[in-house]
Amino acid sequence: MIYNIDFETLPREAITAIQLKRLKATLENVYATVPFYKDMFRKARLTPHDIRSLDDLQKIPFTTKQDLRDNYPYGMFAVPMANVVRIHASSGTTGSPTVVGYTARDINTWAELMARALSAGGAHRGDIIHNAYGYGLFTGGLGVHYGAEKLGASVIPVSGGNTKRQIVIMKDFGPTILTATPSYSLHLAEVAKDMGISFKDLKFKFGIFGAEPWSESMRDELEETLNITAVDIYGLSEVMGPGVAIECHEAKNGLHIFEDHFIPEIINPETGEVLPYGETGELVFTSITKEAFPIIRYRTRDITSLHPEPCICGRTHIRMKRVSGRSDDMLIIRGVNVFPSQIESVLMKTDKIEPHYQLVVDRVDNLDTLTVKVEVSESLFSDEIKLLQTLEAKLSSDIKEYLGVSAKVKLVEPKSIARSEGKAVRVIDNRKI
Amino acid sequence: MKVIQISIFLENTGGRIAEATSILADAGINIRAMSLADTTDFGVLRLIVSDVDKAEKALKDQGFAVGKTNVVAVQVEDKPGGLNRILQVLAKAEINVEYIYAFLRDSDQAIMIFRFDNTDNALKILQENKIKVFKGEDIYAM
Ligand SMILES: [Zn+2]
Repeated sequence: MIYNIDFETLPREAITAIQLKRLKATLENVYATVPFYKDMFRKARLTPHDIRSLDDLQKIPFTTKQDLRDNYPYGMFAVPMANVVRIHASSGTTGSPTVVGYTARDINTWAELMARALSAGGAHRGDIIHNAYGYGLFTGGLGVHYGAEKLGASVIPVSGGNTKRQIVIMKDFGPTILTATPSYSLHLAEVAKDMGISFKDLKFKFGIFGAEPWSESMRDELEETLNITAVDIYGLSEVMGPGVAIECHEAKNGLHIFEDHFIPEIINPETGEVLPYGETGELVFTSITKEAFPIIRYRTRDITSLHPEPCICGRTHIRMKRVSGRSDDMLIIRGVNVFPSQIESVLMKTDKIEPHYQLVVDRVDNLDTLTVKVEVSESLFSDEIKLLQTLEAKLSSDIKEYLGVSAKVKLVEPKSIARSEGKAVRVIDNRKI
Repeated sequence: MKVIQISIFLENTGGRIAEATSILADAGINIRAMSLADTTDFGVLRLIVSDVDKAEKALKDQGFAVGKTNVVAVQVEDKPGGLNRILQVLAKAEINVEYIYAFLRDSDQAIMIFRFDNTDNALKILQENKIKVFKGEDIYAM
């Protein structure tokens, strides 16, 4: 079912006409209200009036995660705090996380787009949605929640964790739609199996999976194990949250981006040059309807490509391929964004440590595990085992505290971490995704 | 009256102990006492050697993390209750023992290596109680 048939099936010319109109209004607005954007225009010797076509968007510089950090917490907001009804923050960052805000109208827009996304993923009014995305500063849980209510589905706000209780709820409440990270969903299936419950006996029909990268082979596994149709959902808090793009369950071939609210571009991450449709590069977003936190040419660091061809589902909005990687070294571990540099700064806080470390990511029983190997330096070393064990435990709890992700810290011998041209190999990702 | 102990960090790979001891053998260094403390993840090999500086250099050159610690070599009467008497003296004086291991030596007298958290206090108590403590030079040469 197409939730908003008028907007989701617009002819391409109508989409671009709406985009240009909304883009101009957004640029006028940020130029007047957000000093960062005014500066950006001034440095590029531009004013909003210089943007007369969608192609002119390329003249505007990019906005990066660092720009958002530099304006922590509210510097990028385009409305007074009195008009902000919700605040979210990005997961797993040290120092300054990125903070985003929503007006009442933004929340309504987000709910509408999530309702569209849930519909595209197979949900209808009357469905029961088991929402196992985390509720809190993370946008996943509440994003799905508001969309489910807007759609008229019944939402079970179960959030993450307490897996056994979740299985009991699935069995007793009879949910028909699962919304969760793909890895946690497979974990649910395993725990259910241990409890003697098969997903084949549950009522699930569709699963809407996101917040971490996954693959076609994982789709096969999810569909087989959970006895559902699995679709991919995409979003990031800086742009809105979940519901920026969604795969339709009819085609399961790329995610429709809601182009009446966002303008996507693909760029060469090295040169910043905009690439034609079909070519693979870094995804960049401009929001064209947001009030509290408009974002102009935001570099997502996600690698994908854009495809404007018509889709069998009837939607005319452009499709992006499943995200295949990152143009930086960010890892997503159990839905938490982790940069090696953040681990490095935690290690540096324990002043004795020379930062010779390596992150090893694995997927054990469908859950991501992070091991941080730290080379034992001269100054760090002790002849007493308990001091070394205390050090491991302290580093592990520091990482948990600052990054919000559980990690096992393992001390290793000096020079034992593989180096490539003298530089330690920082990340080994053994996950088969 | 202190003895310098060398300790090295080992990831739990059985072969690494043999590598460390052969590095010392190649450098012409004798091992007087040795003890391995380990966990499931890693181990610490503690050594009393004939030439501390040379051993430290040889091991560092081969990439080991090397530490030096003051320990105390104590004579233990070679009869039942010999060690227990010393431990009681220390306990009474509230001296904390981090760990103990045996000195390898074929003779009629037993020697134990003690690691204290406060070595100077421990030495004072041992001497007050007429318990024999060896000099470093004597131990390295034994
Ligand atoms: Zn479609």
